[in-house]
Amino acid sequence: MVGILEDKDRIFTNLYGLHDWGLEGAKKRGCWNGTKDILDAGRDWIIENMKNSGLRGRGGAGFSTGLKWSFMPKEVKEGRPHYLVVNADESEPGTCKDREIMRHDPHLLIEGCLIASRAMLAHACYIYIRGEYVFERERLEAAIKQAYEAKLIGKNNVHGWDFDLYVHHGAGAYICGEETALLESLEGKKGQPRLKPPFPAGAGLYGMPTTVNNVESIAVAGTILRRGAAWFAGFGRPNNAGTKLFCVSGHVNLPCNVEEAMSIPFRQLMEDHCGGIRGGWGNLKAVIPGGSSVPMIPAEQCEDLPMDFDALRNLRSGLGTAAVIVMDKSTDLVRAIARLSYFYKHESCGQCTPCREGTGWMWRVMERMATGEADPKEIDTLLDVTTQVEGHTICALGDAAAWPIQGLFRHFRHEVEERIASYRSGRLHVQGAKLIAAE
Amino acid sequence: MAIAKVNGVEVEFEPGMTVLQVAELAGEEIPRFCYHERLSIAGNCRMCLVEVKPGPPKPQASCALPAAEGQEIFTKTPMVKKAREGVMEFLLINHPLDCPICDQGGECDLQDQAVGYGRDDSRYEENKRAVEEKAMGPLIKTVMTRCIQCTRCVRFITEVAGSPEIGLISRGEDVEITTYLGAAVTSELSANVIDLCPVGALTSKPYAFEARPWELKKTESVDVMDALGSSIRVDARGAAVLRVLPRINEEVNEEWISDKTRYAVDGLGRQRLDRPYVRVGGKLQPATWAQAFQAIAAKIKATAADRIGVIAGDLQDAESLKATKDLFTALGVKNLDSRQDGVALGAGPRESWLFNSTIAGIENADVVLFVGANPRLEAPVLNARFRKQWLAGKTRFGVVGEQADLTFGYEYLGAGAKTLSGLAKSKNDFVAALKAAERPAIIIGQGALARADGAAILKAAASLAKSMKVVREGWNGWNVLHTAAARVAGLDMGFVPSEGGLATADMLKPGALDVLFLLGADECETAASDAFKIYLGTHGDNGAHKADVILPGAAYTEKNGLYVNMEGRVQMGRRAVFPKGEAKEDWSILRALSEVLGHKLPYDSLDQLRAKLFADHPTFGQIDYAPGSVATVFDVGALGGDGEVSDAPFESPIKAFHLTNPIARASVTMAECAAVASGAAKIAAE
Repeated sequence: MVGILEDKDRIFTNLYGLHDWGLEGAKKRGCWNGTKDILDAGRDWIIENMKNSGLRGRGGAGFSTGLKWSFMPKEVKEGRPHYLVVNADESEPGTCKDREIMRHDPHLLIEGCLIASRAMLAHACYIYIRGEYVFERERLEAAIKQAYEAKLIGKNNVHGWDFDLYVHHGAGAYICGEETALLESLEGKKGQPRLKPPFPAGAGLYGMPTTVNNVESIAVAGTILRRGAAWFAGFGRPNNAGTKLFCVSGHVNLPCNVEEAMSIPFRQLMEDHCGGIRGGWGNLKAVIPGGSSVPMIPAEQCEDLPMDFDALRNLRSGLGTAAVIVMDKSTDLVRAIARLSYFYKHESCGQCTPCREGTGWMWRVMERMATGEADPKEIDTLLDVTTQVEGHTICALGDAAAWPIQGLFRHFRHEVEERIASYRSGRLHVQGAKLIAAE
Repeated sequence: MAIAKVNGVEVEFEPGMTVLQVAELAGEEIPRFCYHERLSIAGNCRMCLVEVKPGPPKPQASCALPAAEGQEIFTKTPMVKKAREGVMEFLLINHPLDCPICDQGGECDLQDQAVGYGRDDSRYEENKRAVEEKAMGPLIKTVMTRCIQCTRCVRFITEVAGSPEIGLISRGEDVEITTYLGAAVTSELSANVIDLCPVGALTSKPYAFEARPWELKKTESVDVMDALGSSIRVDARGAAVLRVLPRINEEVNEEWISDKTRYAVDGLGRQRLDRPYVRVGGKLQPATWAQAFQAIAAKIKATAADRIGVIAGDLQDAESLKATKDLFTALGVKNLDSRQDGVALGAGPRESWLFNSTIAGIENADVVLFVGANPRLEAPVLNARFRKQWLAGKTRFGVVGEQADLTFGYEYLGAGAKTLSGLAKSKNDFVAALKAAERPAIIIGQGALARADGAAILKAAASLAKSMKVVREGWNGWNVLHTAAARVAGLDMGFVPSEGGLATADMLKPGALDVLFLLGADECETAASDAFKIYLGTHGDNGAHKADVILPGAAYTEKNGLYVNMEGRVQMGRRAVFPKGEAKEDWSILRALSEVLGHKLPYDSLDQLRAKLFADHPTFGQIDYAPGSVATVFDVGALGGDGEVSDAPFESPIKAFHLTNPIARASVTMAECAAVASGAAKIAAE
């Protein structure tokens, strides 16, 4: 295979489901190998190695996973059990990596849950799985059953760390992918983000110390600790270490999920794995590099772009979940962003004023921008509204709703202006002229 | 104490305070909608955004952010101004511009803050959202299009009232506040959500379109619907009391009042006695004051003092009780009673009939035993305190009596006197906790005391209290939960039968008396008594129906008067409107009557009457003072008397919460509420 990452360095060796997903197959691929040694090495060793590996959270925010685990209290207080919660509510448009892990390599996730729980002294872990993932839930539950039967997890398991794993099925709300909304939903309440502080590491699920991690962050833990932090840190640019699942969709010839080294140049990712841009490199118009909530970047910035957290942040976008949405020159960008605005309007939980009222407002204006019916001065109003939503809400959904619009206008404002102008040309009444009957 | 800077000015604050509170300490006003001192923090309106250093470069919700040592808080920077304008604009884009027809107008947080912190115009050109109205029962009118989803109502009903019947459904811009399937809210505190609602979404149904706040004369007064003596504000226009609102009084009602307190006032305009009546030929005929007094004088002068009896009602002010007592004692009458329900209290020290822990102080109790009390019906606002304690996990509750939904968890020990007398020797876990408690409390209600064997039950409860050391140095946990606003005042001034006198039940027996004077007494059954009945009161209710002479008096909103609540706190009620028609203030009627009877009372003004009251009974002079705030030790074990104890279970005297006094029974609103509460009226959902 082409690309940077060699097959021997892949963590998700059954990403495409070509092999046995079950326990036997997983063991053949190295899963559950030496897990007891890792657990016996203790909390500090695990966290130290996770920190050294440079793994940054794969759910989108890119916070150091090892550091996050270290925030959990070092001792379990009487009556205050610790919990690990795995966020499998993968709902970000464009993202479909956790799904492949859960249906094709579920044992990597289960093993990772055990290791992470050992590191944060938790004996119970909840996997909150997206409501629409019915098949994935069944597969995951089957794999958990296998692990219980093989005494790999559960009470008095072979690893010597009592551990129970529960799968909770969500009800299909995007907001429940926000970690505190997820906890609310898990507790049986309405999925609305909580105020922070207190942070989950202090008071999370049922008020107990809790860490919420993305599926991918947890699933890679076993392999990292088996092969060593240095191995993992050896991929990618400094501070952007490791391998990463990229979900490429849109106008490429071969849309795919692929595990690659971090910092792989965008162009190489496209050409080696995705069969290139539809109509050739020159036909590329813009890319949303990290799932629907990050601002798009135009083609000219993609030429030598390394796909990692820092490079994309420097372009005022983000790696997010590494869900790359490619748009060629046939794309109506305004229409596309208007559709995303509808998504955020639909998924706002309705708790905070700016997001509840602002997402609907932005969507309606975007719809009119898409047809050209808007007034040119509304562009600045819209941008002002996005800044009034951004950063003014409890969770980041407000930001996520504002950024795609900001990205659009940052790079393609002229397109919107042209569309409005062409709509207005010849329509005197929309320019404010009164239509007077011919006398 | 930690120090933070607010707009450059150093402020000392207690650790644990929020940024919003610290800014308020510094005198900065922080606009807010969802934040309320007595509710949990939601942090969702985003109006209270401020800039905080150190911190992220974006505005922070000050209501939810803990203040920290050395923090710099800015409330007037361009960033804060812009953020507030933004939030205000978002709130208004879908808020209807119907202020001219909105009942909240003039007292609307949204209106005020839009002026103070909003932009001058709107940039929103889309259609506004409309939301369907919701049915919430006879008290709460909804105009849900105005709702700004602050969720104060949801949090109040869930946290304070303890009947989680209002909720937020759907999400995003489609969220709506509603009751479950549009059913009426059943809480006795439900109408407080109207005060809490910062906009005109939840308004008062009975008060709809009645008045603008600036037209109203506002009088600070005291409530008489229960024995709590909640602080209220009476809003009147002309001769009519239009509404009652709570006043903040941390010692008594915090910020809440019950639905009865708030809405019984429409009964003040109905069924009123507005002129004297004299029964002629079996029918009540309108009369002049002189005729009425003559009829009374003729009867009383012809009757021996031991054939005259006086019963005082539950809503009376202390002055009218005092004037009545003085008048009839001067006539040599011994048959005086202010206990219509015949409760076995009145002998012994004052502590024996008070709520000694005080209303605020009961929050310090760690184990509480209810005996024959249903606080949810008998004092709903006090009940909210018990719930607050329970939510905080500080207090354990046990109940002997009705197994009712009290909105907080308790251990049910038994139904009646048998359980009570067995408790001291019981191996029950709760009893052990009561014994071991640092501040144990027994709350005994009228359900246990107001019955024939009340004295014996009082003895049983008192001996339990003694063995549990409920009264000890620095803590007095002996508490009587009263239901009548006038009861403690009556007991305090000894408005009970003197040596050899008859109590209420005996006075009402056929042939017991020749003349019966009813001072606003409507809760006792007088039909059996064949005495000549004189009724001084406000409403054509039980007492007036059977009276031979009716003297029209003043209701609690129509006179200045003192009331003593269950904890012994003397509070001053003030006149908001004048008495109806020819009616007069009660004490002045008695003063006039005394002259006709030839025993002129020694006071010509309310001030002189009060001076006499304070001289004779010094406790009345201590306005706004609850004696229990200094715990007194008394021999609780000596209370009560001997007698047969019945095995009948304790039952709350309040059968219909909304209909407990003549004002409430005359109220249309209360009648509707009672119909809903009893299931007689079906609301929306069905």
